[in-house]
Amino acid sequence: MSEPLLTVEHLSMRFGGLIAVNDVSFIAEKRRITSIIGPNGAGKTTVFNCLTGFYKPTVGRLVLAGAEKEHYLERMDDFRIGQVAGVARTFQNIRLFPAMSVLENLLVAQHNKLMRASGWSVLGLFGVPSYRRAEGAAVELGRYWLEKINLIDRADEPAGDLPYGDQRRLEIARAMCTEPQILCLDEPAAGLNPRETADLNGLLRFIRDDSGVGVLLIEHDMSMVMEISDHIVVLDYGQKIAEGDPESVRSNPDVIRAYLGDDEENDDIDAEAIGDRQ
Amino acid sequence: MEYFVQQLINGLALGSIYGLIAIGYTMVYGIIGMINFAHGDIFMVGAFGALIVIVGLGAVGFGGAGVLIILALLAAMLIAAVYGWALERVAYRPLRGSFRLAALISAIGMSIFLQNFVQLSQGARVKPLQPMVEGGFVVMEKGNFAVTLSYLQIIIVVTTVVLMAGFSLLIAKTPIGRTQRACEQDMKMASLLGLDVNRTISLTFVMGAALAAVAGMMFLLYYGVIDFFIGFLVGIKAFTAAVLGGIGSLPGAMLGGLLIGLIETFWSGYFTVEYKDVAAFAILVLVLIFRPTGLLGRPEVEKV
Amino acid sequence: MAPIDYPQQAKESLLAGIVALALTVPMMGLRTTSGQDGMVIDIRMGDAALTTLGVAVGHFVISLIRQALQQRSPKETKTEKSARLKSVAIWIGWASFAFALTLPVTLNLTENLGLHDKTRYYLDIGILVLTYVMLGWGLNIVVGLAGLLDLGYVAFYAVGAYSYALIAAHFGWSYWVCLPLAGLFAAFFGVILGFPVLRLRGDYLAIVTLGFGEIVRVVLLNWYQFTGGPDGLSRIPRPDFFGLPFKRSSSEGETFHQFFGLDYSSIHRIIFLYYLIFILALITNAFTLRIRKLPVGRAWEALREDEIACRSLGLNPTNTKLTAFAIGAMFGGFAGAFFATRQGFISPESFTFIESAVILAIVVLGGMGSQIGVVIAAAVLIGGTEMFRGLEEFRMLAFGMAMVAIMVWKPRGLLANREPTVKLHGDKEAKP
Repeated sequence: MSEPLLTVEHLSMRFGGLIAVNDVSFIAEKRRITSIIGPNGAGKTTVFNCLTGFYKPTVGRLVLAGAEKEHYLERMDDFRIGQVAGVARTFQNIRLFPAMSVLENLLVAQHNKLMRASGWSVLGLFGVPSYRRAEGAAVELGRYWLEKINLIDRADEPAGDLPYGDQRRLEIARAMCTEPQILCLDEPAAGLNPRETADLNGLLRFIRDDSGVGVLLIEHDMSMVMEISDHIVVLDYGQKIAEGDPESVRSNPDVIRAYLGDDEENDDIDAEAIGDRQ
Repeated sequence: MEYFVQQLINGLALGSIYGLIAIGYTMVYGIIGMINFAHGDIFMVGAFGALIVIVGLGAVGFGGAGVLIILALLAAMLIAAVYGWALERVAYRPLRGSFRLAALISAIGMSIFLQNFVQLSQGARVKPLQPMVEGGFVVMEKGNFAVTLSYLQIIIVVTTVVLMAGFSLLIAKTPIGRTQRACEQDMKMASLLGLDVNRTISLTFVMGAALAAVAGMMFLLYYGVIDFFIGFLVGIKAFTAAVLGGIGSLPGAMLGGLLIGLIETFWSGYFTVEYKDVAAFAILVLVLIFRPTGLLGRPEVEKV
Repeated sequence: MAPIDYPQQAKESLLAGIVALALTVPMMGLRTTSGQDGMVIDIRMGDAALTTLGVAVGHFVISLIRQALQQRSPKETKTEKSARLKSVAIWIGWASFAFALTLPVTLNLTENLGLHDKTRYYLDIGILVLTYVMLGWGLNIVVGLAGLLDLGYVAFYAVGAYSYALIAAHFGWSYWVCLPLAGLFAAFFGVILGFPVLRLRGDYLAIVTLGFGEIVRVVLLNWYQFTGGPDGLSRIPRPDFFGLPFKRSSSEGETFHQFFGLDYSSIHRIIFLYYLIFILALITNAFTLRIRKLPVGRAWEALREDEIACRSLGLNPTNTKLTAFAIGAMFGGFAGAFFATRQGFISPESFTFIESAVILAIVVLGGMGSQIGVVIAAAVLIGGTEMFRGLEEFRMLAFGMAMVAIMVWKPRGLLANREPTVKLHGDKEAKP
């Protein structure tokens, strides 16, 4: 077991009278893929939005163990979470910078680093060598990830011109270029064909094993979740109903009930069926 | 005290005019999510329409101020409605779904066009009009200061209240209103369900324009003078009213209009007339910064 | 590839004509004018009929041309198109650079040859066009790169002009000290205005900046002791050539023509002003091209594309927008200082909303973010309308129409072509 990277304690999020997330706690670790699953409307994306600062949680503590100190995400502005705490994310409906080139997308992700190197633009305007070196290094990091996602040939094309599956992978590469502690993926396999999904699995495994970041995954594609997750958290109606490794979650009666309804007859249906139904 | 009451009366009359225009901004914003920048100029066109009809019918010896006003009002509404329809058709519909700034810039272009069109066709000079409704009540009196409530102010407020009530009913109870609200909620779904979205949007512009024309006519009667440029300032203040009340909300538009009218008159009455426009703008800025959803608007949840 | 359906087209055009008739008959056909006693109606149905006819025929012709173009043009691929646009832009860029650089010389030569006698007039137009080019480039940073719709840009122009006039008059410092001060002052102003409002969404921001523009104008109009109110400020110090004044003679030393041993001519000052604004504009351009390739420039463009994604990547949106706003304001301030020194007189009348709209039109029509587009649009809109003084009253009408038409036709502007700021696969490009 490695040390906990992200600790979520008693997270609740209310919108008016609606309780989207209710007292959810879990832990995500370094070099592990932690998945959050659950039926539509279970509050998965809300958890993500709280983690990445788009919502301020009503109650709860979100602690990210950084290299030097702990970051309390619930108290930070959204952009500080990316900048300081090292939480990177992708979006359910892809949010690239469509008019900018593929490589530029990856450079924007390295903004804060480059900003410092360019002396907050002042030195950069005069083209000092240290800035040139920093930019070169940033381009190299971009090239590294482009090779990983097989987009090196299209590096100079507008990101908006890429096919859907490539855009998904580019978004992941962009998040990785921020050199994060934890990578949060919001349904990365949505809309991908089985082949692309297999590629994605490979990429996620590579990120876990080689980059040493923690991966937090929301996914509907149950076969994918079962295949690559190290740890699974199951939400239903905003509450955590189960947690564990894929095997234990698959056979958990509460999980089966959540997916297939509260019907006695369904109790013995294997969770494989869940994947098919999704 | 007397001075205060007088300012209150004046403010309510002015606020009613702003409120009527603000409804147009709020409805268009509600349905297509953009600021109809040329709406103030539709108001100006309405005022000119009313002026043309009043002067024209007066020239052929048409008598009776009451009938004349009603005829002019209807004609102004009709003219402004056609302009509102054409505006949407030419400048906004082709850009629906295109990127945001394009539609706004097209709207600004249309506003410049309308101003200059009227300037060219009707002349740049200010247009005075003889007072048509004179007299009023003296509400209270102290020394030589008399608080008056003119018949015209009564007409303005009553017309506004009646129109507001009728309009709220229209939106709440009739099929037109239902379609309109459906499109506001989810345009794509509405069109999948077989609603004619284009027609509904056109209708929204037409209704907004007609209400703006009423405001234009009231403005003409109240101030007795108009020119091609009145739409700019009044339009911005009415937009401020819509934002203040909560954009997308009909009662909010009316409330915002009244507030802006009151603030403006009190500001001119107690502070300086020169800076009354600054007051309106300052309020706009403050509202947007501290309460972007306005007084009666619903908060917009950012969907990620 | 359906053949063009002429009867259908004709029917649609007829409909457009009918609508135009309904629009024009009351507004154009019945003109209200002041008569002997009160207002009278002046019937001018001819104008309305002509306009209607124009709309119907115009509608017919344009839709035919559009259909013909759709059928004719073989689909150019995106890369081909972008390459073509790029080469066109570079070509036009260098051509206009060369033209602008040599304009005073060419004008002088052709006048000596007897081809015209209006060197000064043409130079004045050149100065005016270059001022707008500079303003357009300044606003392009805000609107084109950062995607912040600023409808009150003229406020910074005004702040620059007034602060130059006041500083120069009160302290008697040289132009070269006051110019940067005016720019810094405008930038400072931009930060103050921008800080509270830059969180707002696109069209809200537009209205608020418009409001600020008007507030600045109203304040200038009413703050008599400081700004002179509607009368404005006059006798603003003229610039000198690094200490050498453009005067016939000076009690304080040599003048420009004495120092260079030339005969005195008033055109010297105009030529100097021309090159001054030329250089200022070039600085603006060079600055923009350079900063676009820096992280902050890329961050501006990224914010324009998707603010939420930017936040998730750890970009501070407010600071990033603020830099764009302040830098844009600074160039507006420089241009304002130039305007003040050139006119020698400023009043609030020069800083109305319509001025903001014109600058915005230049940016948008040229193609947002395109530096060359700004040059073309400024030359056509400002130079073109100056050349045809007789049509002055139709100028703003055409302006409005052009804004709508170009947005409908090309929502991203005429020369909207974006070059990546950094490339992985070679192909180094040069741009003026």
